[in-house]
Amino acid sequence: MKTFFTVLGASIAFFLTVAMFGTAGWDRPPLAVHQNGFRGTAMEQVHTREGVAEAMAANAAPAPADPAEPGEELAGTAYENVQVLKNVSVNEFNRLMVSMTEWVSPEQGCTYCHNTENMADDSLYQKKVARRMLQMTQHINSTWKDNHVGGSGVTCYTCHRGQPVPAHVWFTEPGPNRPGGFVARNNGQNMASPSAGLSSLPYDTLTAYLADKSIDNNAIRVNATTALPTTKGKPIQDAEKTFALMIHMSEGLGVNCTFCHNTRAVSDWSQSTPQRVTAWHGIRMVRDINGNYLEPLLSTFPPNRLGALGDVPKVNCTTCHNGQSKPLNGAHVVEAYPELAKSTETASAAPPAVPATPPTPAPAPQ
Amino acid sequence: MAYYQNIFSEVQVRPINPEHGIPVEVDRRWGKPFNSYLFGLIGNAQVGPIYIGYLGGLSFACGLIAFEIIGLNMWASVNWDPVQFVRQLPWLALEPPRPQYGLKVLPPLAEGGWWLIAGFFLTASVLLWWLRLFRRAKALGLGYHVPWAFASAIWLFLVLGFIRPVLMGSWSEAVPFGIFPHLDWTAAFSLRYGNLFYNPFHMLSIVFLYGSTLLFAMHGGTILAVSRYGGEREIDQIVDRGTATERAALFWRWTMGFNATMESVHRWAWWFAVLTTLTGGIGILLTGTVVDNWYLWAVKHGVAPAYPDVYPPVIDPLAVRPTGLPGGTP
Repeated sequence: MKTFFTVLGASIAFFLTVAMFGTAGWDRPPLAVHQNGFRGTAMEQVHTREGVAEAMAANAAPAPADPAEPGEELAGTAYENVQVLKNVSVNEFNRLMVSMTEWVSPEQGCTYCHNTENMADDSLYQKKVARRMLQMTQHINSTWKDNHVGGSGVTCYTCHRGQPVPAHVWFTEPGPNRPGGFVARNNGQNMASPSAGLSSLPYDTLTAYLADKSIDNNAIRVNATTALPTTKGKPIQDAEKTFALMIHMSEGLGVNCTFCHNTRAVSDWSQSTPQRVTAWHGIRMVRDINGNYLEPLLSTFPPNRLGALGDVPKVNCTTCHNGQSKPLNGAHVVEAYPELAKSTETASAAPPAVPATPPTPAPAPQ
Repeated sequence: MAYYQNIFSEVQVRPINPEHGIPVEVDRRWGKPFNSYLFGLIGNAQVGPIYIGYLGGLSFACGLIAFEIIGLNMWASVNWDPVQFVRQLPWLALEPPRPQYGLKVLPPLAEGGWWLIAGFFLTASVLLWWLRLFRRAKALGLGYHVPWAFASAIWLFLVLGFIRPVLMGSWSEAVPFGIFPHLDWTAAFSLRYGNLFYNPFHMLSIVFLYGSTLLFAMHGGTILAVSRYGGEREIDQIVDRGTATERAALFWRWTMGFNATMESVHRWAWWFAVLTTLTGGIGILLTGTVVDNWYLWAVKHGVAPAYPDVYPPVIDPLAVRPTGLPGGTP
């Protein structure tokens, strides 16, 4: 009896030890720690050097195509059915088309969007989506330049990374199939969801906070602004939703909470880092993209491109950032493609050096 | 000779006739006593006979009902799939009613009704078990230290699941029944109320919790260390000090200049344990009802220090440009 239990205990201890080595998320040294707040506030970003190197290698920006030959002829006059890029020179236009093929459909080639018998033909849905995405890229690089994307800008590659459908798009999460009847509902949580860092926090917080372009700007804020209660505050369930969204942002950007917040007072702006302001605008940018550019494409996408609830594929922080605080290692990807930095639908916007800020998003194609 | 150095109890007393203890007035114990090697490693080798009584029976039945309601709802939430039930068990939960139901006594079963029923039976089970502890202590002529200590834990349990939700006017303020969900709730609770670490009663509770483990380690270590001198007879040595007590006392006077006595160390331990949940319960009770943001409360009362700025002033974008931005309306 005694021998049996000794052997049993020793074997269990041995297998638990082995399992621990295989399952825990070990941070293999050496670590790369970057302090980003006052000493003593524990504001620092902890990575492994190996992890940083891997992320750098996995997020290398592609080399821009060779500059186009100068030319006066505009694509809108040389080709039929050019709507978005009509004020771009033919040479620039063709250079961009080649780059787009490399960024989005390197394996499928031109035929992914075009009917090669008639390049002006709009019969493929991919071409209509690509046209809208060009408008979106120009919109991001102009309207959101100051507040979010800065000089880096975005190109198709920032999200697509050589794939026709970006790896990190998301759909509304329908949740588990509840048997219905009098079985308790799950309150939209308690399912290991990647967007909530596999926690049991609400699994569809992205639909609430990133897909609704007209949401109340205070929706994410749950903290009281006074020490003592003055009005009825928000329920804990709202704090869980905000928490889940913040976990998504942390995972998507590969940063700790302290990248933006002094976690002793997460809601206090005066103790936050400037990155929090950028992130705040980033949330608005994502709502703008989802609400004004992707959702209007609902009737353009074929059913197999839609989610379980028939919703369009949407973007979140990870779609561009892919685990880095600056996408594509912070490369200024848009500089080599000035035609993507502003709207090219009107002739006045044609000179590449003049920054243009369209006040409202361009209308969606019908 | 090295038995006092072992991590398990090396001495297993196995009487030929099982111990029945002192005679008491009403003695309805159940089961045939037996000796267990495994139990002997961590406690007395003799198992049973056990006293159940109507309080114990009722308590167990209520606990079983709560356990079944919680467990079956969790299982139903994965469509009665046994594999998924095991796989997702740590994530599954029975959630309290949503805020719109307020303090409605019985919302629809799917809308938190099950949570209220499970909570009722779990509370009944715990309270009945407390009564059972109290009555058994009385029957044996003991002091009521154990029931009162358990009452302190029940206080925290009731504050979390009943008293605070009632004061807040909504069952939705209560804790879900689930493994990860109750932990996520705890983190969200602290985030919602501006960082619970600035709650002075939370601070006290942590002091007593960690202090309890420290005292437990110091006391257990001391007694094991002097057991070769008869130190395990600590209760005798409260009034009849032997060399074990004197060596233990001298050890602590040497190392920290002060020593507890064989009596006082047990009072220290009891009070630390009791105060952990007592102060914790007060801290939870004040959160949301009296204080809405503990960080701001701490600033107001000079608890939270200010740190020098390392960045240019960061201003709430909503305070600067409340309108005209796409992706949200103020």
